[in-house]
Amino acid sequence: MSVPQYRKAAALALVAGLGFSLTACSTKSDDKDTNAGGKVTITVDCQPVGAQKELLKNWNDDVAEFQRQNPDIVIKSVSVGEQCNNPPDFTARLAGGTVTDVFYGYMTDLQQVLDSGQAMDISPHVNKDAIPTWDSVDPALKEAFTDGGKLYAVPVKNYSMGLVYNKVLFQQAGLDVNNPPKTWGEVRAAAKKISALGNGIAGYSEYSAGNTGGWHFTSLLYSQGGQVLTADGKKADFNNAMGKQVLQNLKDMRYGDNSMGARQLLQWGDLLTNAGAGKVGMFIGAPDATQAIVSQFQGKFQDWAMSPLPGQDGLAKGTLGGGEGYFFKKDLTPEQVKAGLKWIAYQKLTPGKGQFDYVRAKPQNYPVGLPQPLLFANGSEAQKQELELRKANANVDTANFAIFEATPVPIKGEPRNAQAVYAVLDAAMSGVLTNPNPNSNIDALLKTAEEKVNQLLAAES
Amino acid sequence: MAITTVPGTTRKPGRPTPPHTGPQRTSLGRKVRDNLTGHAFLIGAVLCFVVFSWYPMIRGIVMSFQRTRRGETTWVGWDNYSRIISDPSFWPAWQNTLYFTVLALVLGYAVPFFVAILLNEFRHAKGYLRILVYLPVMLPPASALYLFKFYAYDPSEAGLFNAILKALHLPTSQWMQSAEMTMPAMVIASTWMNMGGAVLIYLASLQNIPGELYEAAELDGAGIWKRIRHVTIPQTRLILALLAMIQIVATMQLFIEPLILANGAGAEDSATSVAYLIYQHGFFQNDLNGAAALGVIMLVVLAGFSAAYLRLSAKQD
Repeated sequence: MSVPQYRKAAALALVAGLGFSLTACSTKSDDKDTNAGGKVTITVDCQPVGAQKELLKNWNDDVAEFQRQNPDIVIKSVSVGEQCNNPPDFTARLAGGTVTDVFYGYMTDLQQVLDSGQAMDISPHVNKDAIPTWDSVDPALKEAFTDGGKLYAVPVKNYSMGLVYNKVLFQQAGLDVNNPPKTWGEVRAAAKKISALGNGIAGYSEYSAGNTGGWHFTSLLYSQGGQVLTADGKKADFNNAMGKQVLQNLKDMRYGDNSMGARQLLQWGDLLTNAGAGKVGMFIGAPDATQAIVSQFQGKFQDWAMSPLPGQDGLAKGTLGGGEGYFFKKDLTPEQVKAGLKWIAYQKLTPGKGQFDYVRAKPQNYPVGLPQPLLFANGSEAQKQELELRKANANVDTANFAIFEATPVPIKGEPRNAQAVYAVLDAAMSGVLTNPNPNSNIDALLKTAEEKVNQLLAAES
Repeated sequence: MAITTVPGTTRKPGRPTPPHTGPQRTSLGRKVRDNLTGHAFLIGAVLCFVVFSWYPMIRGIVMSFQRTRRGETTWVGWDNYSRIISDPSFWPAWQNTLYFTVLALVLGYAVPFFVAILLNEFRHAKGYLRILVYLPVMLPPASALYLFKFYAYDPSEAGLFNAILKALHLPTSQWMQSAEMTMPAMVIASTWMNMGGAVLIYLASLQNIPGELYEAAELDGAGIWKRIRHVTIPQTRLILALLAMIQIVATMQLFIEPLILANGAGAEDSATSVAYLIYQHGFFQNDLNGAAALGVIMLVVLAGFSAAYLRLSAKQD
């Protein structure tokens, strides 16, 4: 072949290759519905990642067992990262329409999911026949995934925040591990003693970046009895004595006592990394924060305990709660919805199976005995079964969570447009935690944040 | 020596082709046929641009005039623009971005030029020194920034920079935790990360300056500063201008530095850049349309600088 002919052949091959590639990209998978064997196939996300070996094996075992019990259903698992819902990835999947048939989301994602037009109303499909424990599921959690009387997701996990504390550091600082702080004043005193241990240990640690500062400000404000937005959701409602008290408490610990460590602008992984390294005495978090400390940040379960969220003068007046669930992609066939519900019922909502298979979890490096999730309503049959199984198979010292469990604090949900509001409140948190100027003005920080949130809400409406 | 001919390229004897005398009327199809190979190779590049650059750009512009709610997309005119401009973080983000751009011009632009002049003066180990200067460019930006975040900018006295300041009996800094120091600290890290490429371009340009000019200047009694001022700068002014434009366009897209060094917005929003605000709106605040509008505003601003760059580039050619 001559040189020009080679060139032509190469060029044609290139064009053909590109053509095939584009065709391949644009070809939709058509195996999502019913395949030749009459089986119903559904894709489900939030499969554990490879690094979570035991969890991944559990998931795959569950899939195999479920498919054995339901030979007409095929579950195709998709892993979307360890966190399952990293907001940027989640947004991209929603916008690109690449979410799986049954997809994981937070309670606060409902509005975004509805706006994207990716979820279907599953109210006609969800009942006791589809999910045997459905009547036992806490109605408040169902409500969190309901809009205009229509249900869009099945709740599978929930949390509420309390005070997580390191027992080892408590003991070293001469504090009573069985009598953790109940008020913010006591937290301050304990933090001072713990930070006096030196070696870079923070008595109390707090977020102030990546929207997590605003998230925790909300919980701290709830503990004072406050709310982030007015009841109608149209105005900011934190620039008041309670909001000021939240920031004042932090400022007193950060610069009054120097008990919050040198490094600030922390977000989720930063704080838990420090906690795993034994450098944090106390922080606010959900029970599963201890699981993250152990499984992702090399901490030890036996080091950690939890108590209710402190209040200003007594028990907290409220705490932040949230949770997660599975949405169903629009345009699924009724058979696919039925199959999806059956899978969730099996893997997420049946005591003794899937996430509640405590017998299987007991010897693994994942905690059994944490007071979470609290999916089932108090006194319900499913709750009784789940609690019995949890108690019988606990592999963590349940006494570490006994005070938290025995002292319930009223749970409040996240505000409307939570992430945008949190982004604004981050600045107030970082302002108070990074500005050593004793004259730095809490009033000004809150006033600025209030103006910004009001502007945001006005623009949204 | 034997002469080889590529088969099929030798002209056969015969009647010569008459020269074209009238207006050439070549159809598009003919043009394509005449250059089939070239066009075929071009298709790949054009398709890449269409799929990965032009289509997303046009889609972004279209989205900036739409609003998607409940799966329904409607045209909303300039609403997204007015909404995004009234975002309380809009003007601070532009201020921060412009501040970074100006600081980067002062530091990130001047430093590589003087490093290049310095390297050009060395008679020995030039190659090693160039590799040394270029080394940070080879580090992935995220890794380089994490090095700064955890080692150089640690606010305690264990931090590298604070240890140096302490050794020199100078006051230490909170670095990224100080609203005042956030931008300068980001510029220092960014300059260290990126200057290698600029230094090499300056060096190439410096080596094109005829040696006689320096000799003449020396004979006239010019010292080093006068030589730089009257020979080096005038001789490299086009490259300097070009790199200034590239730098402005690049620094105004400031994103990874705040994301990693400041965990996003930084102390009291001191690190929020326009690109970071786009990211916040698009990926955290359920506002892809607002993010698109802000992206278009940024596109218009950068288009101005890019036009200046193209003009300079044409001049350089």
